[in-house]
Amino acid sequence: MKDLEYGSMNEETVCGFSRRDFLKFCSTLAVGMGLPLSAGAKIAEAVTAQKRPPVLWLSAQECTGCTESLLRANHPTLEKLILELISLEYHETLLVGSGKQAEEWRTKSMKEYKGKYILVVDGSIPVKDNGIYCKIGGKTVMSLLVEMATDAAAVVAIGSCSSWGGVPSADPNPTGASPAHEVLKNKGVKTPVVNIPGCPPNPYNFLSTVLYYVTFKKLPELDDQARPKFAYGRLIHENCERRPHFDAGRFALQFGDEEHRKGYCLYKLGCKGPETFANCPVQLFNDVGSGAWPVGTGHPCFGCTEKGVGFTVPLHTPARPKYLTPPSLFTEVYPGKEGISPGVKALAAGFAGAAIGAAGAAAVTGLGKKDDDTKDKGE
Amino acid sequence: MRSVENALQLEVPLNAQLIRNLMMGAHATHDHIVHFYHLAALDWVDIVSALKADARATANLGQKLSPWTGNSYDAVKASQDRLKTFVGSGQLGIYGSGYWGHPAMKLSPEVNMLAAHHYLQALEYQREINKVVAILGSKTPHIQNVAVGGVANPINLDSQSTLNMERLYYIKTLIDKVGDFVENVLLVDTAAVAAFYADWTQVGKGITNYLSAPDMPMDTKGTTFALPGGYIPDGDVTKFQPIKSYNDAFFKDNVKESIKHSWYDGDWDRHPWEEDTVPKYTDFQDDKKYSWVKSPTFKGKPAQVGPLANVLCMFAAGHEPTKKYATRMLDTISTLAGAKVGIGALHSTIGRIGARSIRCAVLYDTLKSQWAALIENIAKGDVKTFNPPTFPSGVQRGYGFHEAPRGILSHWIVIENGKIKNYQAVVPSTWNAGPRNSQDAPGPYEASLVGNPVKDPERPLEVLRTVHSFDPCLACAIHVFDRNRNEIVKVKAV
Repeated sequence: MKDLEYGSMNEETVCGFSRRDFLKFCSTLAVGMGLPLSAGAKIAEAVTAQKRPPVLWLSAQECTGCTESLLRANHPTLEKLILELISLEYHETLLVGSGKQAEEWRTKSMKEYKGKYILVVDGSIPVKDNGIYCKIGGKTVMSLLVEMATDAAAVVAIGSCSSWGGVPSADPNPTGASPAHEVLKNKGVKTPVVNIPGCPPNPYNFLSTVLYYVTFKKLPELDDQARPKFAYGRLIHENCERRPHFDAGRFALQFGDEEHRKGYCLYKLGCKGPETFANCPVQLFNDVGSGAWPVGTGHPCFGCTEKGVGFTVPLHTPARPKYLTPPSLFTEVYPGKEGISPGVKALAAGFAGAAIGAAGAAAVTGLGKKDDDTKDKGE
Repeated sequence: MRSVENALQLEVPLNAQLIRNLMMGAHATHDHIVHFYHLAALDWVDIVSALKADARATANLGQKLSPWTGNSYDAVKASQDRLKTFVGSGQLGIYGSGYWGHPAMKLSPEVNMLAAHHYLQALEYQREINKVVAILGSKTPHIQNVAVGGVANPINLDSQSTLNMERLYYIKTLIDKVGDFVENVLLVDTAAVAAFYADWTQVGKGITNYLSAPDMPMDTKGTTFALPGGYIPDGDVTKFQPIKSYNDAFFKDNVKESIKHSWYDGDWDRHPWEEDTVPKYTDFQDDKKYSWVKSPTFKGKPAQVGPLANVLCMFAAGHEPTKKYATRMLDTISTLAGAKVGIGALHSTIGRIGARSIRCAVLYDTLKSQWAALIENIAKGDVKTFNPPTFPSGVQRGYGFHEAPRGILSHWIVIENGKIKNYQAVVPSTWNAGPRNSQDAPGPYEASLVGNPVKDPERPLEVLRTVHSFDPCLACAIHVFDRNRNEIVKVKAV
């Protein structure tokens, strides 16, 4: 049985898949990451090597949402991941042992796999008052991060908290919540860090990054914020199924109104899709088919992946579009108005349309800061 | 959300209540399944022993206990082979630090194997029920469809971009699929563990003042609920007092929190609206401050919250589905243990685990009725999902409660001129994990550990059983000392 599970690709089954299905799975994964089909075979080889790649997971100031997201993943599933694809050595929530037994296992694994393991970090790192706001087994998580990252091959910061501070870093940031990469840089740790922001991020963005690394022994292509391009290379706005409504000037003004019930654009409700880089509209969530993402069900994106947007800008404050490409020929849903392009009009309408609730009162301020960055960051 | 709606006295459209209810029920079902199989069962179930089990005898046992179709020999054998392969790889990962072979582990290899088989199957079912949350909530975890005044899901059966018939029937299908697992696997497995560890009905009682919230509102104002809640003092169900509505002063006036033993600046006992949260860390001080958790009280006393509190309150209120599943659970335990086990056995470590399964089964019935109610309301032509809030000037105070998977959750808000002036959350694990209060009375975790057996102080598995039975939403440290106050071991329970 052991040979069957971990043997060569000539065996009947690999990791519990039939060989054919397994190769298909790896090819799908490769395509999902924007790689050539032939990369699929390489992925298959890597995950069937004798030793499963070790992963240690450190939880800092977090809500366990990132871990929970993996419980919901279907391809691969959590059990497939930890029983057959990687060796999850340490994870506070999932570890069977506690206290002394848990800490002993952590140090044993770090020693055994020194320089070879991936360190996953979820949660922000409190640095105020020497890091006393988060301690594990008597040590601050700040010191644990340095200790564990120093001997890691790579660090994967999962979630907005460890990527850029997330919700604990929101003003007034009482604990000095900081991202992992910043703490490591300040302490002189050179281990490469990948950021997978989101609250929580789509589990497939995390899984694909880890499997990419395990397979190709290098990190996927990253943007200037160390985010994998396969997941964060485009604005939500560029792939949104409601984009045609934006371009045509068709907007919902209130939850449940006629336009909302027709599936119109949510820009005037404060959707941050125009300034948020993520693959939500193409990847979708939880494998339940079309429309399974915030904008798809009718709720504006609040920019959870994006530093300076998520947990920072009020929900119904209009977005500051990164770059606008308003078509000038499309007709409008509200005819008889001034003949400016719908895109510009959409922007202007944000002033009037977004005043919903208390947050809406502060909404107007956002527009004055329209970002002039029109350079195409997408691929 | 509910605290703001309460402050504004804003009604929530019935469709929005029902959509929220469906998400709450589906999420709690996932949570209860994961808690038992993946966060608590391995305190009772020995995976290494399971590898020695006879797969056929295990399948026979499973088929005897339940009509579940997933207990075939082939299915059990596949699970066992999978685990054998994993263990044979020599890379034990998260399972390497477990308490295998501990003297407190008592189940036969076959019972261990059946539980391990269901451990793997349960992962699939918790994923399935989570899909209900994702369909309505945009994604899970961290749903993104609730709004002050309703939900952001437009209902339009004639649109492809809204909640329509396809989405509604997807939800129904998932509820039925997972309900089968809850009734025929989870309920049976927890009854079996309780029967085989019957001595644990005598351990871990702790605080027997029980508090739970009524939930699943069935009208726009929150005055009728599908699931009752309230307060039971001194473990006496005949003294049950219901919480009747979102505006019931009985709840609003009787909650306080103390920070005498918590790492916050000051030493007070205050109503949540009057509180502040100013950190002041001192490290562990046995007789002074020793926890980040505040210490809540109801009517001046600590209260236990969670599925046990909820089940006892619903039972006391005469809630039919609760009576049905509690009776089924207790009858199964009695049959397997060979002795009559009554509802009194629930005041214990194993009782908390059993009550969680009873609640999970009650949620299955509730999900079915909530779905039917939503369809019925839409059929009447009601598509309303949102009432826009308006924020007047001046000061408004509000509170909202919810019976979350770990117990009653309440949020307290003070709004001043449309802005938040104070916001406090009194969460379930705070009720249970809180340190001693202003009267130095211990909270539920601390009280439940008095008299808890510990066979091997180096590996205090029994302590974990009791603390895990509360389903902690945080990591906490339990320090085991000998009589001379030398620390033997520190146990982190998560």
